[in-house]
Parts: sequence; structure tokens; C-alpha cells
Amino acid sequence: MSQPKKEFLNGIKATLPIMIGVVPFGLIYGAAALKAGIPASIAQAMSVIVFAGSAQFIITRLVGADTPALVIILTAFIVNLRHMLYSVSLVPHLKDLSSRWKWLLSYLLIDESYAVAIARYQDQQDEITHKHWYFLGAGLALWSIWQVCTAAGIILGAQIPESWPLDFAIPLTFIALVVPMLKDRADVLAALTASGVVLLAAGLPYKLDLIVAAFAGIAVGIGATRQ
Amino acid sequence: MNLWLTILAVGLLTYLMRLSFIGLLRGRTLPPALQHALRFVPVAVLPAIIVQELVPQGSERDALLHNPRLLAGVVAALVAWYTRNVLLTIGVGMATLIVLHMVFGM
Repeated sequence: MSQPKKEFLNGIKATLPIMIGVVPFGLIYGAAALKAGIPASIAQAMSVIVFAGSAQFIITRLVGADTPALVIILTAFIVNLRHMLYSVSLVPHLKDLSSRWKWLLSYLLIDESYAVAIARYQDQQDEITHKHWYFLGAGLALWSIWQVCTAAGIILGAQIPESWPLDFAIPLTFIALVVPMLKDRADVLAALTASGVVLLAAGLPYKLDLIVAAFAGIAVGIGATRQ
Repeated sequence: MNLWLTILAVGLLTYLMRLSFIGLLRGRTLPPALQHALRFVPVAVLPAIIVQELVPQGSERDALLHNPRLLAGVVAALVAWYTRNVLLTIGVGMATLIVLHMVFGM
């Protein structure tokens, strides 16, 4: 099998275990959007146009609470600021690609595709070529499942029992992805700092707490490696 | 109509943020200090997202220990640390939450 095709398939394979978290996430998003009064067409279009689970949930909640459009846009913007951090952190791995590749992979850059790809790229023991094909495989697999599960959530709607803790699959997925990335003391300190700061900063407006916590964690990580 | 425009604006902004650095820095190498800092992006951002999901906003500090999601999350993190197995982590975490709920009424 050619190298690009192999990496593409490796990318798809890497997302399979986390689908157990992505599927319920999509289902409850579709159901929640309808419940908030968002028409099915817009709920589905949001999964294509925005393609960011947590932002879509927040938008859904804000629409349900009759929030002005500008506040919704500003809040979603701040919630999604972390994608700039993902973007810059992928530069060393994707910088030599053509513009078309960059435009395409940027569209597929979400928490899960980032986590799966960066875990592979940071694994120094495994020098891979065709990194972009790996990213494409992971991104397309996640994108397809997200669209299908949004549609299923819209169709099933109220039939999904709200007492089921389906949304708990989301943090569990991130736990499963990030814990193996903690390779030394600096990583652990960065993670603990970000976790603590996000709790302390929880009252900040427009969900600024996440980005503040991210920078605090990164700063402590840098400090810890200097010692 | 208004909602369509809102979604389009959010989508465009989000796409531009995703493209930002990947698209701008054509073939350029980042300074070593920045590259070093970037190593910490995933291990800082993802745990912060996790904590936001596990601890409901505005919950009292005393309530932290009685939060079944937080406890199940810690159990899942331990499973991830020792096994590095994604399915096992999610499975044990989910099972822990259900047990805490059904057996201990949390």
C-alpha cells in the first residue's frame, strides 16, 4: 500500500475508539438544537458551517435564551479562540503544504482531530512522512460521523432520554486522549495549572476562562522546563 | 434569517482562526522558544476543557467532593494513565458514573 493511503487509513483508525464519545455528542447536539427552537435545516447547517461541538452547544443554549446575535457571535468567537493555539502548534508539521491542503485541513481542525494528530506528531520515536494524509483521514472520519449523528439527533430528538448521561462521554474522550500525552513533570504541571485556573476563572464573561487557563498552563509548563 | 447570518459569521470567524497560523506561516520556521511553548498547547487546553465539563459552573467548592462526574473523571484518568487504552478509559469512566448514580445515589 502506498504511504499516503496508509497514513490516511491510520488517521481514520486512530479516531475509531473516540467515536464512542463523538457519536453521543452529535446525537444530543441535534436533539438540543431542536429543543431550543432551532429549525432542523439550520441545526444541520451549523454542523457543516461551524463544525465545533462545544461552540454549537453554547450557541444552542444562547439561542434558546433569546440572546442577541452579536453576543452569540462574540461568545462563540472566544470559545473558539483555542483553535488559534491549535493552528500555531501545527505549523511545524504542516508548514510545507500547498495552500489547498492548508485550507482543507484548517476546515477539519477540531479538538478531536487536533488531539489525535498532535499525539502522533509529538511521538518522536515514530518519524512519519505524509503527516497531512494522517490528519485528513482523522478529520474526514470525524466530520462524517459528526454530520450523520447530528442528523440522527435531529430525527430522534425527544426520543433520546435526557436522564442518560450521554454528554459524559465528551470529557471522557478528552481524558483518554490527553492523559497519555503527559510525558514529564512539566506536562503534568501545565495540565494541573490549566485545570485549576479554569475553576478559579469560571466567572469570567464570554467564557474567557478557557483561554486564560490555557495560557496559564503553557506558562507554567515553560517555567517548569527551565528549572 | 438572522440566525443564518449568525451561524455564517461564527463559521467564518472559526474557520479564519483555524487557518490563521497554518495559512500565514508559509514554509517559515518558528523560533525555538515558541516551538517549545507550543509543546504545552494540548496538555493545557484539553485538561481545561475536561474540567469545565466535569465541574458545573458556579458549583460550591464543598460540592466538589460530592460531584459524581468529577470522581468518575478521576477514575478514568487513572485508567488512562496506567493502560493508555481509549476504549477502556471511556468504558470504565462511564461505568463508574453509573455505579455512583445507581448504588450511591449521587
